[in-house]
Amino acid sequence: MGLIQSVIESSGIPTTSVTLLREVTEKVDPPRALFADYPLGYPLGAPDDPELQRSIVEASLSLLTATDSLPRIESFSP
Amino acid sequence: MARISDLRWKYRAMMRAYSYRTHDWRPGASLEKPLSEARVAVVTTAALHLPDQPAFDDSRKGGDVSYREVPADANLDSLLVAHKSDAFDHRGIEEDKNLALPLARLGELAGEGRIGSVNHRHFSFMGSIPAPGRLVSRTAPEVAGLLRDDGVDAVLLTPV
Repeated sequence: MGLIQSVIESSGIPTTSVTLLREVTEKVDPPRALFADYPLGYPLGAPDDPELQRSIVEASLSLLTATDSLPRIESFSP
Repeated sequence: MARISDLRWKYRAMMRAYSYRTHDWRPGASLEKPLSEARVAVVTTAALHLPDQPAFDDSRKGGDVSYREVPADANLDSLLVAHKSDAFDHRGIEEDKNLALPLARLGELAGEGRIGSVNHRHFSFMGSIPAPGRLVSRTAPEVAGLLRDDGVDAVLLTPV
């Protein structure tokens, strides 16, 4: 995923992501990622939990306003 | 926390040994307008596809680098997950596709003015591509070009 992200970013569109595997993301080195501490298969937290899903989406999108000090990997806190 | 050490040994061995490829994105792109005016698209690697689209090929050596276009008004419940991998628990995504393709959530955010709009289409890849040569040279740049054609201002990437 991070590799696709880096290709899109280099085409000129700012990108952000959600990651479940911080150690992999640190190696792939995309520009912005929100580390969500959930099991594999549950990137936006839980099924049928719109509030949680939404807060993860918004937290990831908020990284887009950062343009300096890239790359940025932040942790989601519910 | 989802850690490599928690995965089954075969995935663990693969992920530890794997030399992750990077792609130079520096210095990085910047959002040219407030998020409240931005058109947003999602690119997921959850291998989601519409019933009338060909499934991803989970058995292809090196990985399937193709992608599927998912219209914003697709019926999320009808989407299929082509991943056969037992590296993750499939139950959540089978129950609610928003878990990896949050189109309902983006629609809500657009309705409330938190983002400008939701792009009319989104893209799905299958993650875990051990040989990403053609992903980097062909399919990922193709999707980037389509997103640029659409005037997308920001992209959210989600795994599964």
